[in-house]
Amino acid sequence: MTAYIIRTAFFKIITLVIISIISFLIIHLAPGQPSQIDPLNPRFRKEDIARYRAAFDLDKPLWKQYYLFYKKLGSGELKSFKDNQPVLGKIWRRFMNSLPLFVVGTILTWCLSFPMGIPAALNRGGIYDRTTTFLSYFFISFPGFVLAYLLILGVAGMFEVPVLGMRTFGQETAPTLYWLNDRVWHLVLPSLLGAIGGIAFLSRYVRVQMIEVIDSDFVRTAHSKGLDENTVYYVHALRNAALPFVTMFGLLIPALIGGSVIIENIFAWPGMGRMAFEAILARDYPIVISLNFFAAILVLIGTFISDILLVIVDPRIRL
Amino acid sequence: MTIGTDALQGDEFAEEILTPWQRIGRSLLQDRFAMWGAVVLVFFFALAIVGWWGTSGDDPYFSPSTIRLPDRLKPPMAKPNLEDVAPGKLPPLGIYPFGTDELGRDVFARMLEGSKFAMAVGFVAVGISMILGVFLGGIAGFHGNKHIGPASLLGAILFPVAGGFLFSEISWWILFPLEGALLFIGVVLGMWVESLPAFGFLKQHPIVNVDTIFIVLVDVQLSFPTFFLILTAIAVLPPSIWNIMVVIGITGWVGPARFVRAEILSLRERPFIEAARAIGAKDMRLIIIHLVPNSLAAVLVSVTIGVPLAILSEAGLSFLGFGVPPPDASWGNILSDGRKFLFDAPWLMFIPGFAILIVVLAFNLFGEGLRDALNPRTRPE
Repeated sequence: MTAYIIRTAFFKIITLVIISIISFLIIHLAPGQPSQIDPLNPRFRKEDIARYRAAFDLDKPLWKQYYLFYKKLGSGELKSFKDNQPVLGKIWRRFMNSLPLFVVGTILTWCLSFPMGIPAALNRGGIYDRTTTFLSYFFISFPGFVLAYLLILGVAGMFEVPVLGMRTFGQETAPTLYWLNDRVWHLVLPSLLGAIGGIAFLSRYVRVQMIEVIDSDFVRTAHSKGLDENTVYYVHALRNAALPFVTMFGLLIPALIGGSVIIENIFAWPGMGRMAFEAILARDYPIVISLNFFAAILVLIGTFISDILLVIVDPRIRL
Repeated sequence: MTIGTDALQGDEFAEEILTPWQRIGRSLLQDRFAMWGAVVLVFFFALAIVGWWGTSGDDPYFSPSTIRLPDRLKPPMAKPNLEDVAPGKLPPLGIYPFGTDELGRDVFARMLEGSKFAMAVGFVAVGISMILGVFLGGIAGFHGNKHIGPASLLGAILFPVAGGFLFSEISWWILFPLEGALLFIGVVLGMWVESLPAFGFLKQHPIVNVDTIFIVLVDVQLSFPTFFLILTAIAVLPPSIWNIMVVIGITGWVGPARFVRAEILSLRERPFIEAARAIGAKDMRLIIIHLVPNSLAAVLVSVTIGVPLAILSEAGLSFLGFGVPPPDASWGNILSDGRKFLFDAPWLMFIPGFAILIVVLAFNLFGEGLRDALNPRTRPE
C-alpha cells in the first residue's frame, strides 16, 4: 500500500512538473516576446513593457525565467501586473468565492446522476431510458450561456429574486435567515448550470456501468437464489457498478473549473473563472499562469485521492 | 464451399451472415434518435455547403456584412425598407428570414456564413485531434509494453529541451513540428546508442515502458481545465480562425487516443493478428492492413464526440470575445453580439443558440447510436 501511494505520488509530481512547464510556456506562444505582445496597442506604455520585462526576467535565458517564476510564486513574491497585489493572496480570495459553487455543483452532480442513471439501466430501451438519454444529450448539447440567459429570465421573472452576483448589496447586516436566503438564491443558478453537464455525462456513465454489471453472472446467481429485486440491484449490482466512479471524482473537477469561466462571467460571480477572464483581458500574465497551474494542482489532488480511494474501496485490486 | 452456402440459404432458420459494417448499419437504422440525428446532420452539411458557396468571394450572393442602417433590428420574416435601402443592398430573398442585427446586417446570411465556420472548426479541429490521437494511441496500444532504455529517455527529454533553448524566438507553428521532429530524433539516437555493443549494459536497465509515458501525458492533458487552457492560448495568439482550430484540435487528443489504444490492445490479441504474424507479416503491415481499418469504428465514434465539443468550444470562445474575429460571423459571434439586445431583439440570441443546440444534439445522438451499434452490450434489445 505504502509503495503504491509513493509510486502514485511520484507520477503526480512528474505530471505537475510537466504542467508547470506547459503553463509557463503558453504565454511564450505569442509571436515575439510576452513583453512585446502588442506593440501597436497605445495602452502599452514604455513603463509597462519595462515592468513586464523585469517581472518576467525576460533578459535571462528561458530556463532561468522558468525557475525564477516558480520560485517567486512559491515564496509569495510574485505580484499581479494589474494592481501589484501578491498573486497568491488574490487567487486564494477568488478561490474561496468559487468554492461554494464547486462544492454545491459537485454535490448536485453526484446526488442527481445516480437516481437518474440506475432506473434507465434497469429498464433498458424503455420509455424512461429513452427520455433520460434524450434529456442528457439535450443538456450536454445546450450551450451553457444560452441556457444561463434562459434560466435567468425564467427564475428572475417567476420568483422575482436577485440572481446576479454573489449577494445583494447591503444584506450583510440583515438577519441571518434573510442573509442566508439571499445567498442561497444567488448560488442556485450558477451551481446548477455548472453541474448540468456533469449530471448529464455522469448519468449516462452510470447507466452503461450498471448495464455491464447487470449482465454479469453473479447478478444472475443472485436472482436465481431468490433474492428480491431491490437487494440484487441496489446491494449487489450497484456496489460493483459504483467502483469506477471513484476515479471519476477527480476527473470531473477540470470541467467544473473550465466551465466556471463562462458561468461566473454571466452571473458576475467574483470567483476564479471570472478572475481568469479578467486577467486574460488585462494581459496579467502572472495571474494567468498561476491560475492554470493551481487549477491543475486541484485536479491532481482530486485524482490522487481518487487513485488511493479506489484501492481502499475495491478489495479485488491487489498491490 | 458452394454447397455449404446453398445449404445455409436453404435453411430458413439460419441467421443471415453480415459483415461488421452491415451489422452497424442495421443497428443504426433501428435507432430512431440516431436516424433523426443523421437527417439533421445531412441537412446541416447541405446548409454549410450552401453557406460556403453563398457567402464567399468578393460579391457573395448572401452578403453577411452588408450594412443597412435603415433596417436595424428587424424581426424575423420582416420585409426590407424599400424606400431607404439602396437596391443593390436588398436581401436576395426579398425578406429577412431571420431578421437583422443592430447594423442592419441580414442574420440569415450571417447564419449561413456561421454554418460554414461551424463545420470548418468542427472538422479541422477534430482532424488535428484525430491525427495526434491516432498516432499517440496507436503507439501506446501497439508498443505499450516495450521498455524505454535510459539513453532513449534522455534523448527524448534533452533534444526537445535543447530545441526550446535554441529556437525560443521562432513562431510556434514552426516550433511545434520542430519539437516533434527533435523528440523523434532524440528517441531514435538513444535507441541506436543502446543497440551499440559497448553500451549493451544500458539495455539491462529499462526505466519505464511506453504505456506509462502515455498515461503521464494523458494525466497532464486531463489535469488542465481544457477551456481555461484554450482560452489562455487563444488570447495570447494573434486573432485568427486557424489558431482557434489548431488550439482546440491540439487539446482534444486524449479522447481519440484512449479509444484507439483500447481498440488496438484488444485487436492485438485476436487470432487473425496472430495468424498474420505467423505468416511473417511485419509490424508496418500489421498496423496499416490489419489494425488501422479495424479501429476505424473507434475513430468514427471519437469524431462524433469531438466535433460537437469543438463547436461548443468555439461558441464559448466567441461568447467571451475570443472567437472568429469580426467582421466574419460565427454562430457564437452572432449570439455574443445579440446578447446586448436580449429584450429588444431576442432572435439575435435565440436563433444562433438553437442552431448550435440542434447541430450539437444531432451529432451527439448520432454518436450515441453509433456507440450502441458498436457495443452490443448497451444496445437495446
